[in-house]
Amino acid sequence: MTSPVPPASDLTSGLPRGGPGTPLDLRSLGRPRSVRTRDLRERLIVGSLAIAATFSVAVTFGIVLVLATETLGFFRFDEVSVAEFFTGSEWNPLLGAEKHFGIWPLVAGTLLVTVIAASFALPLGLVSAIYLSEYASPRVRSALKPALEILAGIPTVVYGFFALMVITPLLQRLNPALEGIADGAFVFGNYNALSAGLAMGIMILPIVCSLSEDALRAVPRGLRDGAFALGGTRFDVSVKVVVPAALSGIVAAFLLAISRAIGETMIVALAAGGVAQITANPSAEVQTMTAYMVQIFLGDAPAGGVEYKSSYAVAATLFVITLLLTMLGQYILRRFREEYD
Amino acid sequence: MATPRTNATRVFQNRAFLWVCLVATNVAVLVLAVLLLSIFWQGFGELDWDFLTKSASRKAEDAGIKAPLWGSIWVCAICALTALPLGVGTAIYLEEFAKRTRFTRIVQTNILNLAGVPSIVYGILGLTAFVRMFGLFGSNLENAIELGNPESLFYLRLPFGSSVLAAGLTLMLVILPIVIISTQEALRAIPSSLRSGAMALGATPWQTVWGITLPAAVPGIMTGAILAMSRAIGESAPLLVVGSALFLRFTPENLMSEYSVLPLQIFNWAQRPQAEFHALAAGGIIIQLVVLLAFNGIAVLIRQKLQKPLL
Repeated sequence: MTSPVPPASDLTSGLPRGGPGTPLDLRSLGRPRSVRTRDLRERLIVGSLAIAATFSVAVTFGIVLVLATETLGFFRFDEVSVAEFFTGSEWNPLLGAEKHFGIWPLVAGTLLVTVIAASFALPLGLVSAIYLSEYASPRVRSALKPALEILAGIPTVVYGFFALMVITPLLQRLNPALEGIADGAFVFGNYNALSAGLAMGIMILPIVCSLSEDALRAVPRGLRDGAFALGGTRFDVSVKVVVPAALSGIVAAFLLAISRAIGETMIVALAAGGVAQITANPSAEVQTMTAYMVQIFLGDAPAGGVEYKSSYAVAATLFVITLLLTMLGQYILRRFREEYD
Repeated sequence: MATPRTNATRVFQNRAFLWVCLVATNVAVLVLAVLLLSIFWQGFGELDWDFLTKSASRKAEDAGIKAPLWGSIWVCAICALTALPLGVGTAIYLEEFAKRTRFTRIVQTNILNLAGVPSIVYGILGLTAFVRMFGLFGSNLENAIELGNPESLFYLRLPFGSSVLAAGLTLMLVILPIVIISTQEALRAIPSSLRSGAMALGATPWQTVWGITLPAAVPGIMTGAILAMSRAIGESAPLLVVGSALFLRFTPENLMSEYSVLPLQIFNWAQRPQAEFHALAAGGIIIQLVVLLAFNGIAVLIRQKLQKPLL
């Protein structure tokens, strides 16, 4: 593409070519199209664009339909009860004589990994965003932004590999010191929640940072100038004026990052282990909702059986949780946005 | 308010916070450096021509990434060919044609919500809608309706089964919201005076879009599309659900072929206990990152070279 605006002849193809003064060559006019054909063409194109737009609605309906029917099918099995699913604290579809389908161990595992990721990424991301938006010179910014963009583009399986190969061995160096505490309950094995959580924190860090920075930069300059004029230091201005003014955007960024972490699959499938249990111990193996789905779809259960169908119920739970978080984020953006212009 | 702070406290607070900022930002950079270095350290020895031209093997020294590399290319090509027209079309409709009705508001909110759906959930939709086609054609592939010769390039089978076509379409679902949102932003950035000018010359709404608005928005759309594609290349969870092979020696031959993709090959190698396979995984990651960097580089180039001020 050379110029964003095409030559005028594209628009006026029905009109004679050549500048003013050129004799009118009637042959160049071609046969004028009737207004009817043009209108028909126009309607066909706009109609097909509208169909394309409806497709995205169909996708949502498809997701809801598939998850709902398969989850209902799961609840029809004799081994399963709705009450146990929502309140049970045991999840062992693949082992043991008596199968239990209580979703809480998977939710707790997801929560533990997400909390670790969030407590790493949210403060760090916010402070980096404040630095990038309020302190950094344009030169520093232009060096740091690409680094964050690279981090944002790295496939999650790479973070999983990093957790398994680098973070876990580093954590295991602490083991000699941890062996004495609580009979070695905090000793790190090959799979643990902390390593997966930290890798996930690295994954969501660029999301937190760049979205928070966008929110901070959207705060009008006048607010900063006013605060400086009142004698505020740069710290006062950025932390006490700019951050509160951008709070809705920052909270929305946090929620988006958290919902990303909850739905993340490959990191936990590689590094968090496969024991569904309710624990707050970061060195324990946990199974998240997504990791359980990976285990099932990798072929640990025969298709059509109750174990297989249970993954749909887990997916439905995951879908509802992330959807609620996304909608909460949009609501906060709409409801609490500070308008200054 | 608390007791007034002395000037010294204020200055100290300011200094201290700047240090906190610097440390935090440097942690991010440091992590990136450690991540890249550790992967290069482990995987650099694997990189040679054989690694690119050999396929999966039970023996680490014979293994390569030919099949998953070609699988990724096939899947991503299908994904791009379907997601881009659909996504750009949706964005054009919403930005340029749709009246602000209740329906368009619902569509708009819906797209934002879709962008937040975990990718593995799209895998489940893909499994039902593309791999099994809602069971409309029977529950197993033996009763599938076949069109054309299985040997030929134009072989088609209903339902699709675990084929490159089903995988590409599933990835299309994943990146569609990203394409729509970035295209909408690109179109919104076009000043409305350009549209008014075209309309004043007698162009119809579609002529305005096709001749004026779209060409002006191409750099923005391309940047968004490339970033969406780099997401598609790295995406593995949905493909795991729709039945990508984890161990495959052959490259795809037509739309119904079995396939394996690069991130899942990396996943497979990383999962194994033997250290030789971990080195292979690191090698695969290097190839994956090189492809990604190339994509990002192209996006940056387009942004810089093509984006001229419009007014």
